[in-house]
Amino acid sequence: MMSLVEIRKSFLVSIWFMFLTFPIMVIRVNTVENIVEWRWNNMIAVGVGSFLLSFVWRYLIRRKEQGVRRQRESAGPRVSIFQRIGEDRRIFLPALTAAALAVVVFPFLVSMYQINIMTTAFMYIMLGLGLNIVVGVAGLLDLGYVAFYAVGAYTYALLNYHFGLNFWVCLPIGAALGALFGILLGFPVLRLRGDYLAIVTLGFGEIIRLILENWNEFSFGPSGISNIPRPGFFGVEFSLLAHTRYIYFLVVLITIFTIFMVNRLQNSRIGRAWLALREDEIACQAMGVDKVRTKLTAFALGATWAGLAGVIFAAKTTFINPASFTLWESINILCIVVLGGMGSIVGVILGALVLVLLPEYLRAFAEYRILTFGCVLVLMMVFRPGGIVSNVRRTYRFEGPDSGDK
Amino acid sequence: MDLQYFAELFLGGLTRGSIYALIALGYTMVYGIIELINFAHGEIYMIGAFTGLIVATVLTFAGFPTLAVLVIASVAAVVYSSCYGFTMEKIAYKPLRGAPRLSALISAIGMSLFLQNYVLLAQTSDFLPFPSLVPDLAFWEPYAHIISSQEIVIITVTAVVMVLLNLLIKFTRMGKAMRATSQDREMAMLTGVDVNRVISMTFVIGSATAALGAVLIASHIGQINFYIGFIAGIKAFVAAVLGGIGSVPGAVVGALVLGWTESFFTGYISSDYEDVFAFIFLVVILIFKPSGILGRSETQKV
Repeated sequence: MMSLVEIRKSFLVSIWFMFLTFPIMVIRVNTVENIVEWRWNNMIAVGVGSFLLSFVWRYLIRRKEQGVRRQRESAGPRVSIFQRIGEDRRIFLPALTAAALAVVVFPFLVSMYQINIMTTAFMYIMLGLGLNIVVGVAGLLDLGYVAFYAVGAYTYALLNYHFGLNFWVCLPIGAALGALFGILLGFPVLRLRGDYLAIVTLGFGEIIRLILENWNEFSFGPSGISNIPRPGFFGVEFSLLAHTRYIYFLVVLITIFTIFMVNRLQNSRIGRAWLALREDEIACQAMGVDKVRTKLTAFALGATWAGLAGVIFAAKTTFINPASFTLWESINILCIVVLGGMGSIVGVILGALVLVLLPEYLRAFAEYRILTFGCVLVLMMVFRPGGIVSNVRRTYRFEGPDSGDK
Repeated sequence: MDLQYFAELFLGGLTRGSIYALIALGYTMVYGIIELINFAHGEIYMIGAFTGLIVATVLTFAGFPTLAVLVIASVAAVVYSSCYGFTMEKIAYKPLRGAPRLSALISAIGMSLFLQNYVLLAQTSDFLPFPSLVPDLAFWEPYAHIISSQEIVIITVTAVVMVLLNLLIKFTRMGKAMRATSQDREMAMLTGVDVNRVISMTFVIGSATAALGAVLIASHIGQINFYIGFIAGIKAFVAAVLGGIGSVPGAVVGALVLGWTESFFTGYISSDYEDVFAFIFLVVILIFKPSGILGRSETQKV
């Protein structure tokens, strides 16, 4: 297999990368003490590394191309393993029970730190599912999703600070305000398409964050709001550990509620309208779907979950400031949706678990964490663009008396 | 109204706009040809700044004269950024041709994260002082209180680059191939345009102008770190969209408009909300003219 041509190709790649990384990897200047540091061993590492990796890269690209060809030859859609699990009740029910059991038992087995991570993961599932409505189902690329998350968090923090409202009162208010902001954003951007929509939503997210950062009288600026009370439970006093577990179960419950709702929504009339709108706006309008209302509901419903998650976030961390709501946060949530598999609920759940848990447990190589994360994103898109669980569209087959296949 | 203050703000805005324009070109050209928001473009700019700094420092220690340092450092920055742009396209975008646009966008985001952290790990997370490479022009001394010679250089370089680029796109074979590819890629292929080469060239040119902007602005501001690409990228992207993404003159107009808006707003109203205002302006423009200032509005066909 390792023909001479292959070796020559890899050799060239390695030379190219050694050249490419030369100034940044090899030289380090210290302008204060006027020292130049030459790190030649880095160059050797890059050379050897890229030499070996280029074989792997070409092998994977070749395999991908073969895969495409094979798929073209076999006409039927390939059924993924997750779908098979989902469709076969004999596997699905035990799997679900096992997952439920694991979720319930989890907080009693591990440390508080681990519970907190898991709670965060569940919150991201909620956020991912909410954004999935907007991006995955309705096909509206939203880069400012975190704004609604911020709206929820600040709703609770400010209402609590000024009026002493408790968590349970603020939860629906946060969700409602999220929806309201969703509609507020939705109105002006109705006419925009694709990338313009992306940049306007990005701008909207930044506007909200910058206002929170600069309007000191309203939001206490960059220093944020601290001492936000945790959610109460009929006035029962909890220890810190018990409280962590309580929030964990709370988030799990709301997540299950989210999954239920989103699932029902996707198969509803409005859900099908979203899908149709994503595929072809004009045809959709011709079929009598109200474009304005459909898009606005997508924005509003997506934002509702972000608002909910925001209230929970404020209650969980007891401290919020604008730094939690940057563009990277939006992008992170978007990555959950896309990596998991757009439009697929199971995919989003897996995506959230992977994207939250992986960086947490990669802390061992803390320095290389984000570097690896960036790599994974690129590789994932190149070699498995549909995400972890690609969503296969629901198809209806007409099986009338004349359509018997020979 | 104080005229001198106004002039200062006007020229400040012009300088800012010029820099945005140099970066925005890369966005708009790439978008025009493969309809991809190249999120990692800001990182190319940052790498240009770092390469410029490293080369300039090494040369200064070796005792080169200032002008030679400026020229060699700029050339090195341009060459390296172009190579990075070229390689990035081959790795992260080329395998994704024909994939949904969101996949390419995520890939670009991944690339951006990767490059940021690559520089962070290989270099440093601190701000590095950037030497003032552009010399003070002696004949400009009497007017230096209105506009520094550095700013003059920035504005001039931008203007020259824009004119050259326009000529390239209008009159050369490559430019023709670029226009053809951006109109209809398949048809261009059928008529014998090497589309892969055109796309690579686009990335190379966009990266080169970004690197030029990086060296100029870094020596104007005086410090860089691994994160500068992000905000510069966002701003330039806003400029590109403002002018009508995909159109080269549009990018220049958008960048200048953005530069002036920010400059006047900061000067007359408040510096706290500078970025807020830039974004609000963007939203308003897009609502009333969704294709940007100079963009062609496309009617969608069924």
